Amino acid sequence: MNAPAKPLVEIRDLEKRFDLSGNFLEQLRFRNGRFTRHQEYVHAINGVNLEVQKGEALCVVGESGCGKSTVARTVMGLLSPSGGEIHYDGQRIDDLDGKTVLPYRRKMQMIFQNPYASLNPRMTIQQTLEEPIRFHHPDWNRQTVQDKVYDVMQSVGIDPDWGKRFGHEFSGGQRQRIAIARALAVDPEFIVADEPISALDVSIQAQVLNLMMDAQEDRGLTYLFITHDLSVVEHFGTRVAVMYLGTVCELADTKTLFDSPRHPYTQALLSAIPRLEDDRPNHIRLHGEVSTPVNLPSGCVFHGRCPYANERCRTEVPNLIATDGGAQVACHAVEEGRL
Amino acid sequence: MTTATANASRWSRFRESFLWYSFKRDKVAIVSFVVFVLIAAAAFLAPLLAPHDPYDLATINIMNSELPPVWMDGSDPSFPLGTDAQGRDLLSTILYGTRVSLLIGFGAVILQAALGILFGLLAGYLGGRVDSILMRIADVQLSFSTLMVAIIVGAVFKASFGNLMFGEIAIYLLILIIGVAEWPQIARTVRASVLAEKKKEYVDAAKVMGYRTNRIMFRHILPNTLSPIFVIGTVQIANAIISEAALSFLGLGMPETQPSLGSLIKSGFDYIQSGSWWITLIPGLVLVVLVLVINLLGDWLRDVMNPRLYKG
Repeated sequence: MNAPAKPLVEIRDLEKRFDLSGNFLEQLRFRNGRFTRHQEYVHAINGVNLEVQKGEALCVVGESGCGKSTVARTVMGLLSPSGGEIHYDGQRIDDLDGKTVLPYRRKMQMIFQNPYASLNPRMTIQQTLEEPIRFHHPDWNRQTVQDKVYDVMQSVGIDPDWGKRFGHEFSGGQRQRIAIARALAVDPEFIVADEPISALDVSIQAQVLNLMMDAQEDRGLTYLFITHDLSVVEHFGTRVAVMYLGTVCELADTKTLFDSPRHPYTQALLSAIPRLEDDRPNHIRLHGEVSTPVNLPSGCVFHGRCPYANERCRTEVPNLIATDGGAQVACHAVEEGRL
Repeated sequence: MTTATANASRWSRFRESFLWYSFKRDKVAIVSFVVFVLIAAAAFLAPLLAPHDPYDLATINIMNSELPPVWMDGSDPSFPLGTDAQGRDLLSTILYGTRVSLLIGFGAVILQAALGILFGLLAGYLGGRVDSILMRIADVQLSFSTLMVAIIVGAVFKASFGNLMFGEIAIYLLILIIGVAEWPQIARTVRASVLAEKKKEYVDAAKVMGYRTNRIMFRHILPNTLSPIFVIGTVQIANAIISEAALSFLGLGMPETQPSLGSLIKSGFDYIQSGSWWITLIPGLVLVVLVLVINLLGDWLRDVMNPRLYKG
């Protein structure tokens, strides 16, 4: 691959389980005359490896429940990983405590999915934007903080005179701009965007997306962009990671992925994009259901729905392997040349 | 300058708010509010308004005891609502007594709110073991009747301090007893709101910013849980006043020398059979009206602020 030597963010063997079984008393089951302890987990992420290079926009796509938001939240430290490590600029950050993680909070910011919930309803826009600046720059005087708020509001296309208003007085697109402004207010290097446009009207989506791309150009930002909208990926992403049931099944440059998808799931996913010239749709139909992340299938997580699955797929978990096209694919069939 | 404009905009915001709008249209709320303000103003201006000072023993003449109100035979025009068994002017005593009752009511609710908000926020936001421990304590406390706890604690204090000492600190003790006995009500409400609020993305955004837990709890979540606290708090003021009256009626509340509405009712109760009904009935009426208007205001607030919420 043409990747630079040192990635900005590195996710290594990330795992996240959510405990379903409640407290100790709720775990006790009485079966066959004896008490047993019964524990159940949702395996949201199972060994994800990703590297985000400086300046790129790495898009993570996948269907609902495949763990893409969990990856985003774990990277940001909103969830603590059950296994694996997260590195930022060479420094492991997932085990840092409140004080030592603070510099990374400034460098890494997040934009949320729902702009209707991501602004505190009891705070004015001015307060929402001022607080992070004051918090991370306690030595700045009042005027400097005000100027910074003014600048950042202007840079996202919000009239700085609206600062006295509350979040609910704005439209969805404006709120998302304000949420972006809040993230940009602390001058981050890296932004995780968790489906930032999926709650917006289609006509607004492009505006917000362009705003994010402009910000990337002006400030040299790096994005980890979570989405399920493939046309957004094509427009926005430098590289794409396709996730299925908590694992990355294909990782490639955007153009490579869209031109020649290798993994059977990616192929099915891309064939599902509706196109204008599509008078004879030729979708790949996947059969069966997505297996539950509670009882993970053995072997490749996709084998139950994969038309190319064989015995090896049912028993052995595939790893991401670089192919000659430049893509990294986790599929035995691709590795063996069957596909 | 900026604070002045902020205040002005806050006032105009209030004038445009649904709260003010619904208040203007609700006659019950307006009447209740006016009556409450009148009673409260009269009570807190008691030293200026009252014709006599019931705390000043030098002005009390036992010969004036059990005089009826002015509209009855045998009354004295300087005692408009008559006198009690000790010869104190009933109007003045009621004004001072209402002040004591309101002080205890508000004081107890402020204490309840402080404890309830703190424990509710901690339980709701931190969750896990903290939540379990705090909420089990609350459950245990709720399983006792408030009055029973108050009676036991009050009796213990009264026995250990002696009557004289108890009389001096009675008002603080009552605030403490009623406040501590009722905090779980508010803690549970706060906890429920916090559980709903902490899932919202603005809390995640605050965490991502690196704010400390305290800052997120008190600056971000607490303001969003205030409306149910206001509603419950209003109803709890009425409850606290009633609890105080009940304790005083049982002889565990305010002493006779510094009577609240409850102890006034009690002091007149011995004479009700001998025809001096006014000593009990008039303070009783004031108590009922006071509690009624507070409850009506609480009901109105509940309807306006959160139609889904029900007391407790």
